[in-house]
Amino acid sequence: MSDLLVKIRDLKIEGRSDEVWNPIINGVDLDLHKGEVLGLIGESGAGKSTVGLASMGYTRDGVRISGGSVEFDGIDLLAASAAVKRGLLGKRIAYVAQSAAASFNPAHKLIDQHTEGPVQHGVMSKGDSEKDGMELYRKLRLPNPDSIGFRYPHQVSGGQLQRAMTAMAMACRPDLIIFDEPTTALDVTTQIEVLASIREIVEEYDTAAIYITHDLAVVAQMADRIKVLLKGDEVEEADTRTMLSDPKEDYTKSLWAVREFQRPAKPAVITGATPVVSVKNVTAAYGKVPVLHDVSFDIHEGRTVAVVGESGSGKSTTARCITGLLPPKQGVIEFDGTPMPLDYRKRTKEQLRQAQMIYQMADTALNPRKSIGEIIGRPVQFYGGLSGKAKRRRVDELLDQIELPGDQYHDRLPSELSGGQKQRIGIARALAAEPKFIICDEVTSALDQLVAEGILRLLARLQDELKLSYMFITHDLATVRSIADEVVVMKDGKVVEQGPKTEMFTPPHHPYTDLLLSSVPEMDPDWLDKLLAERGVDNIGDAAVGKMN
Amino acid sequence: MSSVLRIILQRLGLGVLTLFIVSIVIFIAVNLLPGDFAQLILGQGATPEAVEAIRKDLGLDQGLVPRYFQWLGGVLVGDLGNSFAQANFASFAGTNTATTATTVAAQIAPRFANTMFLAGVTAAIAVPFSLILGILAALYRNSVFDRVANVFTLSSISSPEFFLAYILILFLAVMNPLLPSLSNIYDGMAFGERLTRTLLPALTLTLAVTAQMMRMTRAAIINLLASPYIEMARLKGLSPMRVIVTHALPNALAPIITVIALNLAYLITGVVVVEVVFVYPGIGQLFVDSVKIRDIPVVQACCLIFAAAYILLNLTADVLSILSNPRLRHPK
Repeated sequence: MSDLLVKIRDLKIEGRSDEVWNPIINGVDLDLHKGEVLGLIGESGAGKSTVGLASMGYTRDGVRISGGSVEFDGIDLLAASAAVKRGLLGKRIAYVAQSAAASFNPAHKLIDQHTEGPVQHGVMSKGDSEKDGMELYRKLRLPNPDSIGFRYPHQVSGGQLQRAMTAMAMACRPDLIIFDEPTTALDVTTQIEVLASIREIVEEYDTAAIYITHDLAVVAQMADRIKVLLKGDEVEEADTRTMLSDPKEDYTKSLWAVREFQRPAKPAVITGATPVVSVKNVTAAYGKVPVLHDVSFDIHEGRTVAVVGESGSGKSTTARCITGLLPPKQGVIEFDGTPMPLDYRKRTKEQLRQAQMIYQMADTALNPRKSIGEIIGRPVQFYGGLSGKAKRRRVDELLDQIELPGDQYHDRLPSELSGGQKQRIGIARALAAEPKFIICDEVTSALDQLVAEGILRLLARLQDELKLSYMFITHDLATVRSIADEVVVMKDGKVVEQGPKTEMFTPPHHPYTDLLLSSVPEMDPDWLDKLLAERGVDNIGDAAVGKMN
Repeated sequence: MSSVLRIILQRLGLGVLTLFIVSIVIFIAVNLLPGDFAQLILGQGATPEAVEAIRKDLGLDQGLVPRYFQWLGGVLVGDLGNSFAQANFASFAGTNTATTATTVAAQIAPRFANTMFLAGVTAAIAVPFSLILGILAALYRNSVFDRVANVFTLSSISSPEFFLAYILILFLAVMNPLLPSLSNIYDGMAFGERLTRTLLPALTLTLAVTAQMMRMTRAAIINLLASPYIEMARLKGLSPMRVIVTHALPNALAPIITVIALNLAYLITGVVVVEVVFVYPGIGQLFVDSVKIRDIPVVQACCLIFAAAYILLNLTADVLSILSNPRLRHPK
């Protein structure tokens, strides 16, 4: 067929670790027709990005294509010379990376990076390309399209950068664009704008695209066809509607099922009970920059309070105030009705013990040079005063609680564990202090959905067994729906709405809560269309937020 | 822009403070030198009275602290004092002391100008040479070219300078008489002639300073090659040369500038051996000679100039590094 743009057959890719080549992709086929959007989904390590880059004839350092064929419009990319490939890259095949902030060169203005491709490939003069760039910026609905290009990457927000990068990919009007998780790093409200812009421009220029993501709901909006990958193998492929309504393979079904985990609602808090943690009228600042304004909420025994909001809304700062890492300018932090010293250095060991934290990046929160036994043993010794055999027993007990057998894991290093297992170690370390209250700061956002669900179930079980209270910081409303009892919605350092989960998820909402809720992608392929129609084209994202202020 | 200005002023202030502290260290260190000018000049048969007279004449009988402040006060108004050696020859000849030729400034000025000329010629050759070599080594990393460049620059930095100098003399002056082997330049010499005579010492010094600058350029660029924006540049189909020169190099400037500044400072302060080999009348030789005869004012002035050169060059490097960062140049 003549409109076949990309034809990959039996692609095998290997990656090198410790001087040994291990298979990453074990024979994947892929067809992409002109003007078609293919969604590539799977968990981390499934090989989505590797396949996406291979379809451009590109591999990263330490990765090699060991077999199969990759053809682009009849050109064998694996046999093509470097010069031939350079002639295609940027001109006919373009790439949009996950983090635009990291993928724009900090040393050059946006427009100069935009025009570089067309000028180097001899497609357009610099002047023409500049004008065209501004036109694309306008189409992608960037603010001040005529001047934003003359800014440096650090002067532009993440969502805007992602759109500027899409414009850059479009600069030579390529036949194919690889989108590699372009919205993963963005807030839900920003994500919508970027998704809408990408879809619109891809449709307008009839560009074919491979859209790589781990988010099923996102891919449902973007792709005509979906291919599911698992550990380097294709699981199944079907057009989007069939895939959503009738997945064939168990693995795909399990991906679809993730969002169904939900805790039963707990009885209402007894009025008059003393909350485990009480945040009262807290105002805080970094230096002279105010970040929190008069924040108040309570967390009761055995309950989970989810604090939600976009990045920069003050969620993590609130956690820092509670733990005393950032002493508030005004306000009171109470544990069990007793006011705490605001600075953690002035708190007693007993007071410090009561509040523990679990971090977003388990990778960086665990000391890579210490064994699991030492990592968990440290708070056991520090707070519990145990040593020797008693300490070992307690560590094994904690490992049992997080469902990792002590005899197997006690002597391992963090680098020998998977992401989910590392996060479990983070939980065990928090439990080691025998706290009443744990702050979970985006603990599942770096994890794949199945793994994340396991962590949520574990946290729920521990809460029931140990009567723990959680403050659950997240921007993911699906997580809130599955685990929270009460919800606090924050925006610009203020609490805009708070209450029991059931109330929060039933209308009427505060307009900002409404915006957040409605921005969460759903598994319905028509969701984005409906939403855009509802909000009106000019009223998405930034504009909507702006209007509320 | 105001934040950049503030940082620069801050660095300048720190530089002045450092120079002040260094001046104290220099003064104490120089005065700790064993031996005494008066004793040295009068020889073995000196009577204690004669020694005392000269010491008094030169102000050496006063305590360390008043002498320091006297010296500092002079330095602040640009008066580096009088050379002991010249002053005494003058007084033995029966004329008054402190004619212009006997001041430290008059002694140092022509020598310093010569040193700056040598350093300038060397820098003009060495800096572009090492940058280009470093960029090419990064571009063809792990190739034969890269290895040869590394071995060549490492062996040249590992060899003593006098050895390099004699090798160059052997090849460029003796076997192929292209350049003069002596660099005795003097005032009023034509620029072309001066340049030709300076070329051999400049080449020797180039060999001595290239390794560090070239290797830092290579390392700083290669360090960035794993960044997402470099991958992006490659995926835009840009040539490898363009990826390195327009995408990696601008972000690798800060460490390269620092190393260049350190090497330039070395060219101003540490080239005594090369000066001796080529009989080049630079400040290094003057410095060594003055230490030998305990001509304290000259030694102090030389040290101060060296310190100022180091501080000034590092300051310039700091400021340029700051300016190479677009986040500071263009705040939000």
